[in-house]
Amino acid sequence: MHDGPGELSVTVEVNGQLIHGRVEPRLTLADWLRDDCLLTGTHLGCEHGVCGSCTVLLDDRAVRSCLLLCAQADRCSVTTVEGLASGPDELSPVQRAFMECHGLQCGFCTPGFVVSVTAFLAANPAPTDDEIAEALSGNLCRCTGYQGIIAAVRRAAEHMAEARGEVS
Amino acid sequence: MKPAPFRLHRPDRVAEAIELLSVYGDEAKVLAGGQSLMPLLALRLARFEELVDLNRIGELSGISFDGEELVIGAMTRQADVEVAPEVRKSAPLLARALRYVGHFQIRNRGTVGGSLAHADPAAELPAVAMVLGAVVDVVGPRGARQVPAEELFAERWTTVLDVDELLVSVRIPVMPAEAGFAVEEVARRHGDFAMAGVACALSSGHGRVDRARIALFGVGRTPLLCPLVAKEMEGSLLDELHPAALDELAALATADLDPPDDVHATGSYRRAVAAHLVGRALINSLEELRRA
Repeated sequence: MHDGPGELSVTVEVNGQLIHGRVEPRLTLADWLRDDCLLTGTHLGCEHGVCGSCTVLLDDRAVRSCLLLCAQADRCSVTTVEGLASGPDELSPVQRAFMECHGLQCGFCTPGFVVSVTAFLAANPAPTDDEIAEALSGNLCRCTGYQGIIAAVRRAAEHMAEARGEVS
Repeated sequence: MKPAPFRLHRPDRVAEAIELLSVYGDEAKVLAGGQSLMPLLALRLARFEELVDLNRIGELSGISFDGEELVIGAMTRQADVEVAPEVRKSAPLLARALRYVGHFQIRNRGTVGGSLAHADPAAELPAVAMVLGAVVDVVGPRGARQVPAEELFAERWTTVLDVDELLVSVRIPVMPAEAGFAVEEVARRHGDFAMAGVACALSSGHGRVDRARIALFGVGRTPLLCPLVAKEMEGSLLDELHPAALDELAALATADLDPPDDVHATGSYRRAVAAHLVGRALINSLEELRRA
């Protein structure tokens, strides 16, 4: 037997705020965000990397927070769905597009989609339909049939182009 | 918390990681990108007392190119390899195959070394490494050694590495200018593990195939090279490789296959799919070769 798992100190920048914690090594980032930081916007569906509901940005890259130990996020920045908009009563361009295009029904998968699409459009601001379909393939939605979500990605790309001063 | 308790070690150097693996032996497991290991731990299909996390070892990440060989550090993220200009130029098959690996969120975390060391028989990268003639650098307490990808995979989820050895990088030789590649697979959904797949690398000189490597994945206990097909093709005039000849080669590639039945597909279905995919891969790689 080993002499106990011990706790590890972590410091993570969550949505722009430094948070210190002591965690068991086996605690996932997803559970830490939900249970310790009380940021329950990050949803847990499958908890083994398939559904994409728990997607967050780790140092600005979209990752599955259920497949990451909290201890591995030490000294990193994490952005959850709560941190995407510029203020508490604001929506990010992607969130606004999902609302406008009926990109959600029950809403369970939505935080994962919104975070994934935010990262995708940052890397590829003017995607083709094939690129959109491929980018969405890592997130599962059981309600919408995806068409509203695909429309929302196109709409979000338009919103972001307008915000940059490009005429679409 | 879903995984069983473990101790987490976070070495900064390869030497420290080797030391930990030497001390703990098979009680320890290496944690690279975690995209395969974390689900196994969460579902408690696997349990280890000690996890050795490589994510703080900076020397394990990076891509370098010396004109003859592309050297990719084991912890280089798949997403970074996929878009690296030197990879797209010198090993285009690798960049193409990576698009089949999970989804972009998985590739942001998953590593090239992790995919090779995990040795999933349905994974793309082991087969790609085999057809490109890649060699992996391995470091252990008894020193460093190199293992050709063709000799790396011993069993499903098992390489020939000892428990105290670490795969630190993969070396991919640059293919000649006259080359053609293909990777083809069938999976239930984009990003899923393949029910059957094939990677193919051909090169030619003076109108003849001079090197042919075809490897199947998802149809055996390891990725499988097809030496009989290579032997048939090498020395053939490109003009002789017409569709009927390629169909015969595809049949030859899959003649001895005996893939297992599972929940996704029967063995005979996998074999039939594999034959079609070999045919398609040969057509596509020859087309690219002829354009080169």
